[in-house]
Amino acid sequence: MRGSGPPVVIPNFGQGSACVRGDHTFCWGWVKDHWHDTLSPALVQHIELTAIAVGIGFALAFALALAAHRQRRIEHPVGIVAALLYTIPSLALFQILVPFTGLTWTTVEIALVSYTLVILFPNIVAGLQSVPPDVLEAARGMGLTRLQTLLRVELPLAVPAIIGGLRVAVVSTISIATIAAFLLPDGLGYPIFLALKDPTPFKTEIYSAGLLAVALALVCDATLLMLRRTLAPWAKRRLA
Amino acid sequence: MTLADTANLHTFVEAFRFIGNNFDFLLTKAGQQLELSGAAVGIALVISLPLGVVLGHLHRGSGLAIGASIVGRALPSLVLIAAFLTLLGIGFVNNMVALAVLATGPILTNSFDAVDRVDPDAVDAARGMGMTGTQILRNIELPLALPLLFTGLRIAAVTVVATAPIAAIAGGGGLGDVIVNQASYRLAGVLGASICVMILSAAVFLGLLGLQAAVTPAGVRRHTSEEVTLERSST
Repeated sequence: MRGSGPPVVIPNFGQGSACVRGDHTFCWGWVKDHWHDTLSPALVQHIELTAIAVGIGFALAFALALAAHRQRRIEHPVGIVAALLYTIPSLALFQILVPFTGLTWTTVEIALVSYTLVILFPNIVAGLQSVPPDVLEAARGMGLTRLQTLLRVELPLAVPAIIGGLRVAVVSTISIATIAAFLLPDGLGYPIFLALKDPTPFKTEIYSAGLLAVALALVCDATLLMLRRTLAPWAKRRLA
Repeated sequence: MTLADTANLHTFVEAFRFIGNNFDFLLTKAGQQLELSGAAVGIALVISLPLGVVLGHLHRGSGLAIGASIVGRALPSLVLIAAFLTLLGIGFVNNMVALAVLATGPILTNSFDAVDRVDPDAVDAARGMGMTGTQILRNIELPLALPLLFTGLRIAAVTVVATAPIAAIAGGGGLGDVIVNQASYRLAGVLGASICVMILSAAVFLGLLGLQAAVTPAGVRRHTSEEVTLERSST
């Protein structure tokens, strides 16, 4: 096909090297050539998508958890409802929001914030409620007000659970944000999405964007883990 | 005043009309999706359940279980599906393998955790009564671990069913075929299929929750109600 007659219409990766034209397993040359026009912008967009979602989601979840914490015994049905909401497939949620907010970042962020909220809220509530009654009793005995108890006793003791929730939320958001590429030409999902649209998907594009997404998730996870070790060195090693 | 303001309610009415008019078609697509999901979860179960249970019984390999959960969560479904497409070609098999990998993390982690965290007093008592390792595993550890084993299965199943529409981009079939093909089915069809996908995932979740309640021995049930884990890796 190639080399005979007019230039091929698709795939068009420019005048690629032999590696690119042969679609070899991994072409470092392509990664270098397209770092500035494809990979690095996608990575930055991906970080922005994630940071906005986790930032807003955390603020909302934290405020809601503090409110719920005042009303004891509210948390159990919330857990099941949250789990049920979390079963909503992201692709479906994105599509259902499109008639309202269009093919915009708003649509994607509404969905991503909802998922982080659903992950973080039960975790923060569980963290606040895991403080042993004896400790609360002791705090009251020492004359601490409710606010002081919250700030000096409950919140510090809830730190491991909160960071545990954040780890899941951040990593899941990074993962779900790749699906945003079905709506928007942004994020690390987009190069993959484009490659998949091609009859002969270009391997290097899939692998490089995919590896960046996985690396981003692992780096964020490790950072939060270190943060927890610093803030709450007493916490036991747990799976979550 | 945008087009979306006037369009949205009408679009949803049309979406439900689409579901009504194409019910058999959507049912077939849902069937395909369940078939793919079932195959993926089946493979993941066969590989990771025995591994997790045995490691948990031996109290070894917690690093593997933790690693599987961290790496499993960090692998975006789209990346997995795309990567296996390049390795195995387009069609059923690549999606089945990608989704099976996705399901492996939660099943392995939870089955390890389930058996590893069985009350050591109960295990000691059983050993004192002269039970062998296999008997302890079968008669003590597995019944007590059942709720958490089910949690792993549930997370895996919901993850896979919810991710399967994405597989349509790599020839996975199912309801995703409609969602990613707005050119043919228009927005009403895309929305209708999205609604069906949501119902399907919720049904799988509630069905497995119900099954778990039905098969959990009464004595163990008390422990379970405390934890509804929500953790669905990457969809």
